[in-house]
Amino acid sequence: MKKLMLGNEAIARGVYEAGATVASAYPGTPSTEITEYIAKYDEIYSEWAPNEKVALEVAIGASVGGVRSTCAMKHVGLNVAADPLFTAAYTGVNGGLVIFVADDPGMHSSQNEQDTRIIARAAKVPVLEPSDSQECKDFTKEAFRISEEYDTPVIVRLTTRVAHSQGLVELGERDDIPIKPYSKDPGKYVMMPAMAKRRHVVVEERLSRLAEFSDSTTLNRIEWGDRKIGVITSGITYQYAKEAFGDASFLKLGMVYPLPEKLIREFAAGVETLYVIEELEPFIENNCLRMGIEVKGKALLPVIGEYSASLIRERVFGQKQEKYNSIEEEIPVRPPVMCAGCPHRGVFYVLKKLKLTVTGDIGCYTLGALQPLESVDTCVCMGASVGMAHGMEKARGRDAARKTVAVIGDSTFIHSGITGLIDIVYNKGTSTVVILDNSITGMTGHQHNPATGFTIKGEPTRQVDLVKLCQAVGVDRVRICDPFDLEEMERIIREETAAEEPSVIIAQRPCALLKHVKFNGALSINTDRCTKCRMCMRLGCPAIVDRGTHIEVDSALCVGCDLCTKVCRFNAFERLGGEDA
Amino acid sequence: MRDTSIMIVGVGGQGTLLTSRILGNVGISTGADVKVSEVHGMSQRGGSVVTYVKMGEKVSSPIIEKGEADILLCFEELEALRWVDYAKKDASIIINTQRIDPMPVITGKAKYPENIVEKISAEYKNVVTVPALELAEACGSIKAVNVVMIGVLARRTGIPEEIWIESIRKTVKPQFVDMNIEAFKKGYNL
Repeated sequence: MKKLMLGNEAIARGVYEAGATVASAYPGTPSTEITEYIAKYDEIYSEWAPNEKVALEVAIGASVGGVRSTCAMKHVGLNVAADPLFTAAYTGVNGGLVIFVADDPGMHSSQNEQDTRIIARAAKVPVLEPSDSQECKDFTKEAFRISEEYDTPVIVRLTTRVAHSQGLVELGERDDIPIKPYSKDPGKYVMMPAMAKRRHVVVEERLSRLAEFSDSTTLNRIEWGDRKIGVITSGITYQYAKEAFGDASFLKLGMVYPLPEKLIREFAAGVETLYVIEELEPFIENNCLRMGIEVKGKALLPVIGEYSASLIRERVFGQKQEKYNSIEEEIPVRPPVMCAGCPHRGVFYVLKKLKLTVTGDIGCYTLGALQPLESVDTCVCMGASVGMAHGMEKARGRDAARKTVAVIGDSTFIHSGITGLIDIVYNKGTSTVVILDNSITGMTGHQHNPATGFTIKGEPTRQVDLVKLCQAVGVDRVRICDPFDLEEMERIIREETAAEEPSVIIAQRPCALLKHVKFNGALSINTDRCTKCRMCMRLGCPAIVDRGTHIEVDSALCVGCDLCTKVCRFNAFERLGGEDA
Repeated sequence: MRDTSIMIVGVGGQGTLLTSRILGNVGISTGADVKVSEVHGMSQRGGSVVTYVKMGEKVSSPIIEKGEADILLCFEELEALRWVDYAKKDASIIINTQRIDPMPVITGKAKYPENIVEKISAEYKNVVTVPALELAEACGSIKAVNVVMIGVLARRTGIPEEIWIESIRKTVKPQFVDMNIEAFKKGYNL
């Protein structure tokens, strides 16, 4: 049976068919749906972990315990999980261990464009790279087989366009993989110097054997066509190259580390001009150059952003993009915005009013950096807001700390904000941390986390009590506030930034997109009362629009959160139908 | 079937993802190879959102490029203008006459372009406008804008109505099936 599946859904199907039984992950676009789809299979235990490092450690534990296990993350998640990864390469596996890492060329939803192949090579872990949904499933199953045969973790690298494209997938049955016996083996699983020295030798021998495998596996294949042009490519760029180069010859790589050097030599010898088409870093290209093979790649095509068939045609064949119409019009950009009813809006409105320096973090609330709220000063990585606020205080002194707050979401705080908070307490900082507790992991599309009280399957579980957690690490001043109570919010922020000790303010209000969140219905503006003072426009609500002659509420977007009624001094907002709001 | 490239453009939150899934299922029902490409995450929060649906004997790249789309399904006027150069000259361009101001317009830093439909019609022959928001409201939910738009599109594909209705049935939640089919018919019979 064939089914239309997202690349991420096909990965989950592959995990299922491969007989895996344990999956742990932290959400991150574009990898999130892998684990969400895995959670639909009751045969597989699945969970959201607090962060990628824990998720990979759980998967390693399950592998050592004798079952096929897996872990999914976005490219920057692999940085968090790098520590266990580099040493799991030494221990090897018991049950197969496959790690899915989704890169985001073009940064649709990321803070950088790093290339997972380079981290995988540094960790000495083999990498497979599918180019469509069917390969997502097939390569996943092959990755488990390679993992067990070569006693190594295996990375399957995706990019956004593979992870988030749907294609047809032929479904298969689930393999029955019995649990392997676990036996104590310190020489393999206890990585202290004496044992690790021996294991490093094993790792290098394994890499040589994997390089031989790469030359013989059907994951890598030559498609002979016109031999004037040869193209070495992998992943989604294979699809673009097929369209751009037409009937040229292709070396299509499914295993990109270790590379199949014999196959590359054979292919290079068979064509006149050789191109390497790969997004991001010149990974394959540099390997070819090291082998003494002349290729054209990054001299023509960028290391920045996504590729496309037309980009390849333009850069390789000099075909200029034609102009498709003669419409001359200034088109305003449409950056993402906080939704109507978003609880974060109240916090940033107050922070901007108080002119505070705001160290920010990763989540929907990073949008607080954009107009008109323009409140967030920094965004680096998960959890960085807390450590950076402390660093600002140590650099600029106590007075600067009074004018600085860290802003971090509930899920991000659990991920890696709590360690920063411990640092503040331990090292006598006085920073103020605002936890935006919207009861969900928002930006990635509503996943549960340890602070929501529910598991990935929606089952009730013990909820991390953020107040007690902060108190337990030594923060005495922990306050809770509704971010839509602007006066109270302002008073508390003033008090806590002034306090000569660390404080945590928990701004508590659920994400407006959660099903159980009910508002009062759309508002409208009474134009007799509205003086066009534009105070409401400072909220940056997508539902309030300035028509030039008057200000108007877009009733299709307004949810009736009523935050605007709290900044309007003229009672101009009314519930649709005429009542005062 | 002949190769068909459909591009769906709109504003995050308008239901373009569900639309592409319904279209994808329709493609499969006709026996075609299908690829659908979506964008999730940050760009979905009220930003400009574009999804691609490609059908044909064998589809390689999931992406549609400038001048390639046979059908441009636009959920919002400014987004129609932004993406119109992705349409072929003889493409069906279906525009929901809804205006959603982007933040630079809201904050007064930019102007929302005037007479968008006229400007597009001057360059492209096959432009249809749809008051999808009103039609959806008449069916009981402004969220059905996307299915009204699918109805308008369906009429222009030559794929039988039943296949579309079946795909909607398979894709939307059971409690919303009747409402969505009514919305589909409003668009189909426009």
